Amino acid sequence: MSGQHDQHNHNVQAFEHPGLGRKRAKSTPKGRQVEPRALQEIEALLGDRPRRRDLLIEHLHLIQDRYHQISAAHLAALADEMKLAFAEVFETATFYAHFGIVKEGEPSIPPLTVRVCDSLTCAMHRAQELHDGLEKTVGPGVRVVRAPCLGLCDQAPVAEVGHHFLHQATPQAVLAAIAAGDTHPHLADYVDYDAYVAGGGYALLNALRSGERSIESILAVLDDSGLRGLGGAGFPTGRKWRAVRGEPGPRLMAVNGDEGEPGTFKDRHYLNTDPHRFLEGTLIGAHVVEASDVYIYLRDEYPLAREILTREIAKLPPGGPTIHMRRGAGAYICGEESSLLESLEGKRGLPRHKPPFPFQVGLFGQPTLINNVETLYWVRDIVEKGNGWWNSHGRNGRTGLRSYSVSGRVREPGVKLAPAGVTIRELIEEFCGGMQDGHRFHAYLPGGASGGILPASMDDIPLDFGTLEKHGCFIGSAAVVVLSDHDDIRGAALNLMRFFEDESCGQCTPCRVGTQKAVMLMQRPIWNQELLGELSQAMRDASICGLGQAASNPLSCVMRYFPEEFMTTEAAE
Amino acid sequence: MTQGISFELNGERVEASHGETIWQVAQRLGTAIPHLCYSPEPDYRADGNCRACMVEIEGERVLAASCMRKPSVGMKVHTGTERAEKARKMVMELLVADQPARATSHDPTSKFWNWADRTGVTESRFPALERWPSDVSHTAMRVNLDACIQCGLCVRACREVQVNDVIGMAYRSAGTKIVFDFDDPMGQSTCVACGECVQACPTGALMPSAFLDENQTRTVWPDKKVDSLCPYCGVGCQVTYNIKDEAIVYAEGRDGPANHNRLCVKGRFGFDYIHHPHRLTKPLVRLPNMPKDARDQVDPANPWTHFREASWEEALDIAARGLTRIRDGKGRKALAGFGSAKGSNEEAYLFQKLVRTGFGSNNVDHCTRLCHASSVAALMEGVNSGAVTAPFSAALDAELIIVIGANPTVNHPVAATFIKNAAKKGAKLVIMDPRRQALSRHAWQHLAFKPGSDVAMLNAMLHTIITEGLTDEQYIAGYTEGYERLKESIQAFPPEKMEAVCGIPAQMLKEVARAYARSQASIIFWGMGISQHIHGTDNARCLIALAMVTGQIGRPGTGLHPLRGQNNVQGASDAGLIPMVYPDYQSVEKAEVRSIFEELWGQSLDPKKGLTVVEIMNAIHAGEITGMYIEGENPAMSDPDLNHARGALAMLDHLVVQDLFLTETAFHADVVLPASAFAEKVGTFTNTDRRVQMARQVVRPPGEARQDWWIIQELARRMGCDWRYQGPADVFAEMALVMPSFKNITWERLEREGAVTYPVDGPDQPGNEIIFAQGFPTESGRARIVPAQIVPPDELPDEAYPMVLSTGRVLEHWHTGSMTRRAGVLDELEPEAVALMSPRDLGRLDIAPGGFVRLETRRGAVAVKVRSDRDVPQNMVFLPFCYAEAAANLLTNPALDPVGKIPEFKFCAVRVLPAAETLSAAAE
Repeated sequence: MSGQHDQHNHNVQAFEHPGLGRKRAKSTPKGRQVEPRALQEIEALLGDRPRRRDLLIEHLHLIQDRYHQISAAHLAALADEMKLAFAEVFETATFYAHFGIVKEGEPSIPPLTVRVCDSLTCAMHRAQELHDGLEKTVGPGVRVVRAPCLGLCDQAPVAEVGHHFLHQATPQAVLAAIAAGDTHPHLADYVDYDAYVAGGGYALLNALRSGERSIESILAVLDDSGLRGLGGAGFPTGRKWRAVRGEPGPRLMAVNGDEGEPGTFKDRHYLNTDPHRFLEGTLIGAHVVEASDVYIYLRDEYPLAREILTREIAKLPPGGPTIHMRRGAGAYICGEESSLLESLEGKRGLPRHKPPFPFQVGLFGQPTLINNVETLYWVRDIVEKGNGWWNSHGRNGRTGLRSYSVSGRVREPGVKLAPAGVTIRELIEEFCGGMQDGHRFHAYLPGGASGGILPASMDDIPLDFGTLEKHGCFIGSAAVVVLSDHDDIRGAALNLMRFFEDESCGQCTPCRVGTQKAVMLMQRPIWNQELLGELSQAMRDASICGLGQAASNPLSCVMRYFPEEFMTTEAAE
Repeated sequence: MTQGISFELNGERVEASHGETIWQVAQRLGTAIPHLCYSPEPDYRADGNCRACMVEIEGERVLAASCMRKPSVGMKVHTGTERAEKARKMVMELLVADQPARATSHDPTSKFWNWADRTGVTESRFPALERWPSDVSHTAMRVNLDACIQCGLCVRACREVQVNDVIGMAYRSAGTKIVFDFDDPMGQSTCVACGECVQACPTGALMPSAFLDENQTRTVWPDKKVDSLCPYCGVGCQVTYNIKDEAIVYAEGRDGPANHNRLCVKGRFGFDYIHHPHRLTKPLVRLPNMPKDARDQVDPANPWTHFREASWEEALDIAARGLTRIRDGKGRKALAGFGSAKGSNEEAYLFQKLVRTGFGSNNVDHCTRLCHASSVAALMEGVNSGAVTAPFSAALDAELIIVIGANPTVNHPVAATFIKNAAKKGAKLVIMDPRRQALSRHAWQHLAFKPGSDVAMLNAMLHTIITEGLTDEQYIAGYTEGYERLKESIQAFPPEKMEAVCGIPAQMLKEVARAYARSQASIIFWGMGISQHIHGTDNARCLIALAMVTGQIGRPGTGLHPLRGQNNVQGASDAGLIPMVYPDYQSVEKAEVRSIFEELWGQSLDPKKGLTVVEIMNAIHAGEITGMYIEGENPAMSDPDLNHARGALAMLDHLVVQDLFLTETAFHADVVLPASAFAEKVGTFTNTDRRVQMARQVVRPPGEARQDWWIIQELARRMGCDWRYQGPADVFAEMALVMPSFKNITWERLEREGAVTYPVDGPDQPGNEIIFAQGFPTESGRARIVPAQIVPPDELPDEAYPMVLSTGRVLEHWHTGSMTRRAGVLDELEPEAVALMSPRDLGRLDIAPGGFVRLETRRGAVAVKVRSDRDVPQNMVFLPFCYAEAAANLLTNPALDPVGKIPEFKFCAVRVLPAAETLSAAAE
């Protein structure tokens, strides 16, 4: 073949083609194209981090943190970099409230976000006014959004400026924080590694690891203590550990730090004050089930706890399982253990069907021990203090201790470590300094948003696992919200239903559509109680997970225990 | 047999088989439980989200989704309790609340409304939510999410079944929404329009646009359905055609062994070419004294410039007389015939019989010459069988899958879905191709080697396997021969040395070689990237050697699978549309074979093998061949170096073309015979898996178009053959007499079973999907390993022509485009010629994506729009060969593989110049 001196001067040949020629060919392949610049930025941002699927949410956080938003260009580049389909990254990113996806032609998200909690306790403390006032006054560069429970109900109303939380927030305080650029979490004193070790910490773990202390002896104490899962489900801890141990390896452990039940803030309290007590319990659990890896799933609303844990985990001596810190991203449902697993795998937080249960088929398909933060927090004390200590506590025929997160109209809200089985009266009077001035006890939530609402007249029920179910309620995470004669009961029920509507994962019909229809019906001046009743029952019977099954508890309670609420409105109509 | 699980269903003791759900048991025993998000179709996972199938289980706090729940021993299940029924009705009522009014809804006959009727809930007491507007951005499908119930069947269809990964379920709560990519309009998304979502959707939220009027209300329902096959690629998907008023309105996937209900865009939406106004409905005869010219073109909508209508009698007489005159005057070898891989087995058989008897030579070939001739040559040489050793679904049993020189998501889309399913299940997928492709994202490794360096890369892998002792010595000793020669020859190809030749790091070559050899089951798929080179046979030899030295053949999940291109290229080859062999690859040059056919056909036969496709074109230029019969092939588009090929066609004294349309080949015809389309005929077709399948007539041919078998027979009769076939069944019966592969396969069996894979051991036994478990059908019973040396491509880039041109296909268009460019949806999706180039090359040449370029090779020039495609490596231009306005084969190099006689379509030197758009219109 000849080279440079080719003299082929062919004319271009073209036949008419048989197509209609109505359209033009695309200048690129189908669909979005990955922009080279966005790809470079994502490559730089991810650095040498693995591109594994389960890290998708972590990587989305990197983008959100760096750019205050996730542009479609960055999202497409991330998909490309992680060898994921566009749809896969988009559906995950849009599931979580904390990711701001900005498509072409949409306005950018301002660099600073102020979140105003609108869950029940904050709402009772005029959060709506705070929100609306701020929206008008913050000015450019700041956006104000509502947020579900931020876990500071004892400090209501709460606003989060960047990642700085303002207690008893006022518009003035928020504006001052914005002006001062005070947007980072404020670290308070806590028991750090040295202090914890000085207090005898990790002796138990070391004894266990060295074989001085047998696994069986630990399990025996846990069984004996009757410790149950304090995230709300109440499954006996010893039994769960044994069940996981009984499954073929490799096994994993996941810690549920996605404390999102409105009214609950006990896990935050323990993490922010005594993190190593929790970590030691975690490492004991991991040792018992022989988990090679521990995933701590911490809700994104707890940046302080994340900071503390990150610092303190770094101080742990080598050896033991690999601890992975994972951030939630604003999805209440991820507190449901199987949703949490999905989220840990980098997916949307949809609850899984059971069976199989996570102890059989859990994270990455492996048998997985899942415990709540507080449950693990108590392990060391229960084992060290030995048989009988935990169950030496209790009242009204119940045993053990409970960390009640009390908020609302009491004089001294906060985390109240009290004997399991105290009644609401005892809790208010003995542990919370009574009702606030000018407030008369009217109603209470015994177990957060999903645990139902009871009237003040039913003030003698021991607050513990199993005692409230017959009343259509449950203790759950022991988030007690106290309402007074100043509070609107139906409004409270609507606030809670709105929360569930927002936080429903959207997977199953009864919950996705049911919560939405319930809100529509409950917004009407006259409630169609018959229809709401039928709907409540179907949601309870047919929803996939606890969220949908329990979402109608407050609604049902209001219709059942507060008939006077309906007499007045219906008479007025 | 494992024992069933005994439990109680509505008070009766029943048994569930292992893995069976409550819903399935109830269904089997005659209790229908409502279901919306659950589809009992193959490969659809139950998801349990709609909650329309709730049942009560004694002792459980809440109800259970019967589609998910598997019974346990002693469980007591009630399907009809008040609680369960109330919950199910409430679910329907919640969903009905947000539906559009039924009368004007998108599909009032949807599965959703059917279950609403059956549960008695067609009204809702709940207020409705405002929902999403229509998305009419896609030409083939409509998205009306106001009818969506978020059941996620389309997500499973797109992500788990077809693995096209376009549809997602985004956002959450009541805002949960089906999205395409980033919630983009469907028509602007990465959607490949396989239509699986449409087939899966129970509500009418996703529907073929052809069913809907402008108000998005369904107005079209079929009045008839016929089971047949897809007319396009070698996958052999089974299809149910929906017919209304003698026209196909929709194609649905059927649960065939090859496709499990799946289809691709061509199979589902590309059927309407048969109704195109360009269809030939009457025979045409060339006008007297109308000259022929290689560059001439005829408007298919107005052929009267060159042709006149004729009766069948007249046209057949002229056609036959012309051929007979040449045969009797110039001699038997002055005639040649091209049959078609798109026709049935029976048509192919008749065609080659006509050439071998009526014409009297072996000058019969078809497009297998242009696609897998080299693969077949290597396979015949190695294992004495040109077919695949395992079906493509064997990928599901493989631990490692190599796809080399193939782009199955484009060319064998449904086969690709099984490869993707396998990769998702955990199989290691290795793609070897200079171009990246949709499968690359699913791959463990993509080896983007330098074009044309296949042998170097594969020999380096063989080197690693042999020198590192990863061979299966027992297998080599038991079932192969020639290993020692390979072992010796391979010493020259260490990965460290081949790295520079093929562009893949030695370490990577070794890693992939080790993984292939060590895996429990490795399978190799290949396509025309292997075969269409002058070293195509060598490429295939290397693949065969890889399988042989590692024993990765003859077991589940192993094997060699050349992905066959056309729907019946396997069958047409089997039927003898090949110049060297009679049906079933029996050599024309072996006297003992020939005598069998001479006896059957009642005449003496030419003892010399005939000419191949490109050789026939050369023989025309040499004046040796002057008459041709071309049935269903379009060499004026598909042959290399079209100026040469079209020149040859124009030189013919007598050309008879039988086709659906006035193709570029028919421009030069003396007689054009209007044939029947796939959907208009009955016949058997053999897919890439060796699966013989029955195609049934769906509609009548238009006008006076006739069955192809009839036309061939009429010509044969007029050329002196005494043929009396009554129909395809007669032909099949004759084929079975001389084709061992059809043993135990009868027409009746195919009518009954629809599909049978050969070889078959008994009339009532299923076919053997995987062959060569115990040696090979060679004389020694052993496979022959043949080493390959490096041969560079024929025409390397140089300063004048500095880039590499590679040709192939796009998803939407088939072969030379004569069918697909006349299919409305496909034409709208890919409406004009495009060349694919890397963004970097475009930047370097200062050409904007969507701009025009002039592509020049030593053989020709075209002007074409350019598409910026990251998958294309630098310094390469990829040009599909389906575009008449920019025919890739004007540019390609006709150099042939010495063994397979296949041209080097995948490699020639090209130069790219920016061009003005007007150039494209300026034909000459």
